[in-house]
Amino acid sequence: MSLLLNTVLLVFLLVTAIAVMRVKVLLAMVMLFGLYSLLVSSLFVVLDAPDVAFTEAAVGTGISTVLMLVTLAAVRHGHSAPIKPGKRMLPLLLSLSMGSLVIFGIQDLPNFGDTQTPSYQQVARHYIDKGAEETGVPNLVTAVLASYRGFDTLGEVTVVLTAGIGVLLLLGRREKVHLKARRNNE
Amino acid sequence: MSDSLILRVVTKWLVPVILLFALYVQFHGDYSPGGGFQAGVIFSSAFLLYALVYGVDATTRVLPEAILRIGASLGVLLFAGVGVVSLFKGGAFLNYSVLAGTPVAGQHLGIILIELGVGITVACVMLLLFYTFARTIPPQ
Repeated sequence: MSLLLNTVLLVFLLVTAIAVMRVKVLLAMVMLFGLYSLLVSSLFVVLDAPDVAFTEAAVGTGISTVLMLVTLAAVRHGHSAPIKPGKRMLPLLLSLSMGSLVIFGIQDLPNFGDTQTPSYQQVARHYIDKGAEETGVPNLVTAVLASYRGFDTLGEVTVVLTAGIGVLLLLGRREKVHLKARRNNE
Repeated sequence: MSDSLILRVVTKWLVPVILLFALYVQFHGDYSPGGGFQAGVIFSSAFLLYALVYGVDATTRVLPEAILRIGASLGVLLFAGVGVVSLFKGGAFLNYSVLAGTPVAGQHLGIILIELGVGITVACVMLLLFYTFARTIPPQ
């Protein structure tokens, strides 16, 4: 059953990815990206990772789609970047070499679901055996994220805040941006 | 901004439901999937929906940007503050076991507090990003 679901979802994922590349209208591209995120989050549900699926659905389908739409509205004028015919080889070579590097790196990973790997034998086993007892929290993901790995989560939240500050510093001045846009229109 | 009556009415009904669901995900994260990050994103998406239908200006009247700036920092402060309190109570940084009478009660209190901090920061930063991006849209 899960094999059938996985196959269907992966085929849809592939179709969506190809459609994103082929579509010329940016608005349609944003919508297809939202669909892509939704398919990925369904895959996470099949993989028994509802917490990750939750995040992917909320961030990928909701927030980032809206942010992309707002960006499209903001760059309505002059977002076209025509590619010269001769310059197409370099991006292709770059993505091919990056892709082969990733595939080369995957070779060293343990097999999917292999229970004999160190990460499952040592610290994960402790979390599963003692997690509910030590933290009193039935959802193990929350226990690991909030308690055992609390310092990491503090770092993540700080990253979110830093990203917000960065955007505010770059785009946060209202008058200047509008003046510039008006000058460009005239 | 939309003039469609259906969209306007449905949004008015949906926003409180989304906010309630966000609070459920926030405070029920110990027992079911979810937690501060997801709750923050869902909370901000309610305001995003409101802004898409009623306009950004109406949304900034409900939730001014100054509050968001304070909230974004307050969440991280709450998170780090729980760590500092546990330091003063004689434990390691972010060791919640010392926060209450028994270790398990302390863990529970600490986890709820830091998830709240995560939720506040994420919701505020997401909305700040949206406001900042929306402001760069040139006027018609």
